[in-house]
Amino acid sequence: MKFLYYPGCTLKNKAKALDIYARECAEILGFELVEINDFQCCGGVFTTSADEIATKLAVVRALKAAKAAGMPLVTVCSACHNVIKQTNHAMQTDAVFADRVNRYLNDGDDYHGETKVYHYLEVLRDIIGFDKVKECVKYPLNMNIGAYYGCLMLRPGSVIEMDDAENPQIMEQLIKALGGRPVEYGNRNECCGGYVTVTDPGFARKRSRIIYESAETAGAEMIVTACPLCRYNLIKNGADIPVKYFTELLSKALIGEKE
Amino acid sequence: MQKIGVFVCHCGTNIAATVDVSAVAAALSAEPGVVFAREYQYMCSASGQDLIKDAIKEKELTGVVICSCSPRMHEATFRKAAASAGLNPYMVEIANIREQCSWVHKDKQSATEKAIILGRAAIAKVALNTPLKPGEIPVTKRALVIGGGIAGIQTALDIADAGFEVDIVEKKPTIGGKMAQLDKTFPTLDCAACILTPKMVEASQNEKIRIYSYSQVEAVGGFVGNFTVKIRKKARYVDETKCTGCGLCTEKCPVKNVPNEFNLGMNERHAVYIPFAQAVPKVAVIDADCCRMLKDGKCGLCSKLCGAGAIDYKQEDEIIENKYGAIVAATGYEPISLDKFDEFAYSKSKDVITSLQFERLMNAAGPTGGVLLRPSDNKHPKTIVFVQCVGSRCEAHAKKGKEYCSKICCMYTAKHAMLTREKYPDTDVYVFYIDVRTPGKNFDEFYRRAAEEYGVHYVKGMVGKICAEGDKLKVQASDLIADKQLHIDADLVVLAAAIEPDKSARPLATLLTASMDTNDFFTEAHPKLRPVESPTAGVFLSGCCQGPKDIPETVAQAGAAASKVIGLLCKDKLTANPCVAHADELMCNGCSTCENVCPYHAITYIDKEFKMPDRTVKVRRVAQVNPAVCQGCGACTVACPSKAMDLYGFSGKQIYAEVDAICR
Repeated sequence: MKFLYYPGCTLKNKAKALDIYARECAEILGFELVEINDFQCCGGVFTTSADEIATKLAVVRALKAAKAAGMPLVTVCSACHNVIKQTNHAMQTDAVFADRVNRYLNDGDDYHGETKVYHYLEVLRDIIGFDKVKECVKYPLNMNIGAYYGCLMLRPGSVIEMDDAENPQIMEQLIKALGGRPVEYGNRNECCGGYVTVTDPGFARKRSRIIYESAETAGAEMIVTACPLCRYNLIKNGADIPVKYFTELLSKALIGEKE
Repeated sequence: MQKIGVFVCHCGTNIAATVDVSAVAAALSAEPGVVFAREYQYMCSASGQDLIKDAIKEKELTGVVICSCSPRMHEATFRKAAASAGLNPYMVEIANIREQCSWVHKDKQSATEKAIILGRAAIAKVALNTPLKPGEIPVTKRALVIGGGIAGIQTALDIADAGFEVDIVEKKPTIGGKMAQLDKTFPTLDCAACILTPKMVEASQNEKIRIYSYSQVEAVGGFVGNFTVKIRKKARYVDETKCTGCGLCTEKCPVKNVPNEFNLGMNERHAVYIPFAQAVPKVAVIDADCCRMLKDGKCGLCSKLCGAGAIDYKQEDEIIENKYGAIVAATGYEPISLDKFDEFAYSKSKDVITSLQFERLMNAAGPTGGVLLRPSDNKHPKTIVFVQCVGSRCEAHAKKGKEYCSKICCMYTAKHAMLTREKYPDTDVYVFYIDVRTPGKNFDEFYRRAAEEYGVHYVKGMVGKICAEGDKLKVQASDLIADKQLHIDADLVVLAAAIEPDKSARPLATLLTASMDTNDFFTEAHPKLRPVESPTAGVFLSGCCQGPKDIPETVAQAGAAASKVIGLLCKDKLTANPCVAHADELMCNGCSTCENVCPYHAITYIDKEFKMPDRTVKVRRVAQVNPAVCQGCGACTVACPSKAMDLYGFSGKQIYAEVDAICR
């Protein structure tokens, strides 16, 4: 199966690991990621101001590209995924917003949210199946791993519709399929402080500490995430255990550690 | 020769502000057959009615058209007025120029035009009306109450007190409902069992009351005054007439790890059990899903032990058919499932419980004997957090919980907090709320006592997240008044889960053809003026099946429903609606279409002999309508392919005349 792939700008520099392993593993698991031509930054945040369309146009262009290619759109980064899904939902349900966007783009092909958007994890769960993933594992992880969802991947739950935002299981299921032992800790879906780290580093430090300490207390030997910003914050603010992308974990189990 | 009178109502300014009533009266006076047209401030007033009566007598009117409010409002009033002046009441037609015209339009000119057209249609129809005579139907003098909680019990007691027979159908093995599970009752703090169980006993001993416990309504036929109800009495594998309720079987049964539903799963019961000590009937029941004898045919211990020989593994469900004059729905409520509220860690921690579970923990007959111990480790909780509005007052787009206020939670939470502080003064008690809503006699005083005298920490703000860490529950919340975030390490968290109608209410409403709102609460006939009647004649509402209610309100409503039932059962005969369907046997081709669409099973087919022109006799299958059962819905008249079905008072001809008048 083919997917139009939206890596996002962070995956092209700071978070290359998230991108590279995602591609490698897709090949092994039997699906193809076709990188979208000339993608633009998703904006990083879905602004909720009602009259704001400019920062969402880049995403609508990507969604339209997928529609034109007849492929679902897949993302790996939590922030991109959040902005794309929320924008797509707005195009489906908010007629006024959709009308303004379509008239602005004015390229003869109106868009109303026809593209199906997946997070890479959803592809693994809903299309490939974690059973199949499990079959492909060559190097079972055999360690205690705490999944860290952060705030963007699942919320708002009624729009993202990926998993129960308050009691998610998707990453735990992946960890299990990869031969690891998932550790469910209390703060696994709390915010790390996000971009606030720029203006108020103390606040982000406080938030991040709550999260990794909660994971460590619960017995996690590693934290796994899908968000470059979460990983940055946790590491910068002193996590004592490794913080990895879920794609790194996937690659480690399917392909093995690289030197 | 038709002589039609037209009466146009101002309804104060309700109609007159948007519709030029004088213009309507003037325009309609020119319609064919109209001999009299008048406008008046309030047609429904005594002088307005006199105006109609006088005109009927003086002008010898053959038909009357009243342009006013909806016929639901005053059709009966005007029919009565016409009848008292000697005109057949079915010669009165209402043109609704209020709800369907003045209230929904703004532009006076077009509203006036529409009012004239509506009046014209009514005139065209009344010209074709025929005098109708309502028949009479007898009343079965027995009532059925569905649900045996406090609502059902009180309704049954009040009906029986008036001398009528009444049956209670309860799906659980005992009556008592939710109130039997409660510890104390607000605002007076008397023990729930002490005030409920005497009523349960009274119901069981009252000669006029029959209790079908462990039973469900399976089918409902008939109509007001003459319902036929099938009741499924589920096999309890214990002969009710022999069991003495000694409880020996319930102690010796080797299957003893079944979650006890009466204590909300916080302890265990045996496969044969009596739900609680004061159960009515006090008869054991065997849980067929867990009993070894019923599952594998191996055991039979209870049968050997039972001195009364009451155990009967071969018992089967029994279907009982009874006739009733009136039915009361008293199906009650359930707390909502908290599956979608995992931010409160309900599924993750045993020490996050619902308020109903808390009632059982505080109850002397509960799993801890009334000592407040937390479920995980049986330790005394030192810090307790109560969270209100869990699933109540949720925004619709959040797709979880209910939009409405569950009404009872503020008061029972105040009660729980107060009782905790009284029994265990060393406990820190927090209550998180959106608003504290305590209207009701002595209610606000009660809440203030909890906050002021008992030192309960009331915090305005909601809890955002609870997670278990070690043996503590980390509670993150906001204090909106102090504008700060709170972090509390709690030992026990109590969630005031929203309440919703019992799951059995929706299928029951279908059986009763009673309407429900989007939340599955039964709809009342009028939200203000007929609050205990369903729009379906002969069906009444009692307790939480109509909306969230506390005990005092439930008892009041139960009594009101009973008085409505008594009013109905007092009558020997009911007036039947004469606007029913009838089949033209010469047109009917016996196709059965009408029989299949009739929701009331009012149509049957008979083989009838017809004399043919050539003097032979031919037998044909034709439809027959039972006028006592027909509700006049008209489904058969539109379904009939050969136009053999017609409705008295709403014949095809009359409807076409109305349409013609509108399109003229």
